[in-house]
Amino acid sequence: MYEIIWLGRGGQGAFTAAKLLGAAFTIKNDSRYALAFPSFGPERRGAPVRAFTKLDTKPVVDRSQTEKADYIVILDDTLYSPQLQELLKPTGKVIVNSKNSIDGALNFDADSISAEFRLPTANTIMLGLLIGLSEVVSSDEAVEAIKGYMPQKIQERNINALLKAVQEVAE
Amino acid sequence: MRKFLSGNEAFAEGIRLARPQVISAYPITPQTIVVERLSEMVEDGSLSAEYVHVESEHSAMSCAIGASAAGARAFTATSSQGLLYMAECLYYASGGRFPIVMMNADRSTALPWNIYGDQRDSLSQLDSGWIQSYAENAQEALDLALMSYKIAEDKRVQTPYMANLDGFVLTHTYETVDIPTHEQADRFLPSYETDNRIDLENPRNMAFSAGPDTNYIFKYKEHEGILAAREVIAETEKEFAEVFGRKYTGLTENYRTDDAEYIIVTLGSIAGLCRETADKLRENGVKAGVVRIRYMRPFPNEEIAAVLKNAKAYAVLEKDISFGNEGTVFTNVNSALKKAGVNINGYNFIGGLGGRNISAGDIENIYESIAKGTESVNFIGIGGEDNGK
Repeated sequence: MYEIIWLGRGGQGAFTAAKLLGAAFTIKNDSRYALAFPSFGPERRGAPVRAFTKLDTKPVVDRSQTEKADYIVILDDTLYSPQLQELLKPTGKVIVNSKNSIDGALNFDADSISAEFRLPTANTIMLGLLIGLSEVVSSDEAVEAIKGYMPQKIQERNINALLKAVQEVAE
Repeated sequence: MRKFLSGNEAFAEGIRLARPQVISAYPITPQTIVVERLSEMVEDGSLSAEYVHVESEHSAMSCAIGASAAGARAFTATSSQGLLYMAECLYYASGGRFPIVMMNADRSTALPWNIYGDQRDSLSQLDSGWIQSYAENAQEALDLALMSYKIAEDKRVQTPYMANLDGFVLTHTYETVDIPTHEQADRFLPSYETDNRIDLENPRNMAFSAGPDTNYIFKYKEHEGILAAREVIAETEKEFAEVFGRKYTGLTENYRTDDAEYIIVTLGSIAGLCRETADKLRENGVKAGVVRIRYMRPFPNEEIAAVLKNAKAYAVLEKDISFGNEGTVFTNVNSALKKAGVNINGYNFIGGLGGRNISAGDIENIYESIAKGTESVNFIGIGGEDNGK
């Protein structure tokens, strides 16, 4: 099973990214299964939130929070702490949206891409970076997921931002 | 059509396909999304229903009863304190034989205040005269939404139906769900026809009082109605499989129980992790199995006795405690075995209260401790007590 933990602040769309990845993974393939869920509880803008995506080729029946992840994706660099490494598989990686380099993590300045596409948050860009690095879904599948699960008026900008992020990784 | 939906959203899709005519709604976490989605469906015209935003859960059920008494297919949804607040009306609905469907998002009960999932809300209402189902995943939730009306409205049953979904773990978790077409749904579920309604052409007495001379007859009839649901559930699942291609297994679902020595009996969304743990233990030679109770009312007495009779020991894992005794599911399972003359060691494990995580390790521990023998009632994370053993 492939597992991703998302960290963000309420309003940054961490759970939306978790959900889009699950939708993308299963959108064209009936023999793939996914679960996506947020850390449960009251929703508060600005408060730290976690979200989880689990991907597998058989039905995912373990609904508990991920204890060992393939990737931890962090939308806000103030949420990074070295203790997060304990939540990684041996081959796992941390990706952080940050202008500064961080020991033990890959950093990308996703905010500059979101500014370029006039997006208030970097969630689909971080999703694009994850896809570029992991190739767990194709760009096509991610685009289909955005078309299926995001409001129409913000689809195009998010698709373009995501594709730009995938491109950045390739370069 | 396959879509990536939460349990609440999947249930709402199932209700849309069932075409209720009246929806009464009062939001409460973690049920809110289901009534929000239904309000959007009514707004965009994809569901033609009278949507009534009532002022409380007591009114939500009263409104559903009124609608059903007018001959309409009625839906409402609630959770936790909301269910408890409407408890008075649950008995009016069942006693009046109004086949209302209600989704309950299983959530803990106050105090301490807590919005997370456990099953103390619905299990406290087992005696209210409602059919009670417990879904494991979003697909089953959608399918039960469709089946619920067919079962509840059957003339032999004529009993309201409470479809329980574990709060958050099921209501707020997204997964891939197959949504049937309206054509399929209409083929499966005809519109609601009943004599049990207000009709100016054929006036009749409804929701009346009955004294000591006849009251017991009505209560016996209610009992018979829920018992008849056993057969109707089996028939409905057979028809469901013919139309939609998905098969269900009646009041219980057994996993690797044929040769199992140690069996966990549980209900709701934790069953998947129990099955995965049973698989893992079997690789090490432990003959582990799982029974998932799908319906608490009618209760699967025969099924439970038949599946447990050859085991060495069983555990009942539930998110509930009846203070001063034991978990209510445990009480029900033990009664089934006693009636069938099955005498094997059984133990109760109380976990997941107030949304606390039940881990794979916890489940492994349950199998290990019932193989060795343990206290009769065990609180996961605290310990056991020898309660009347």
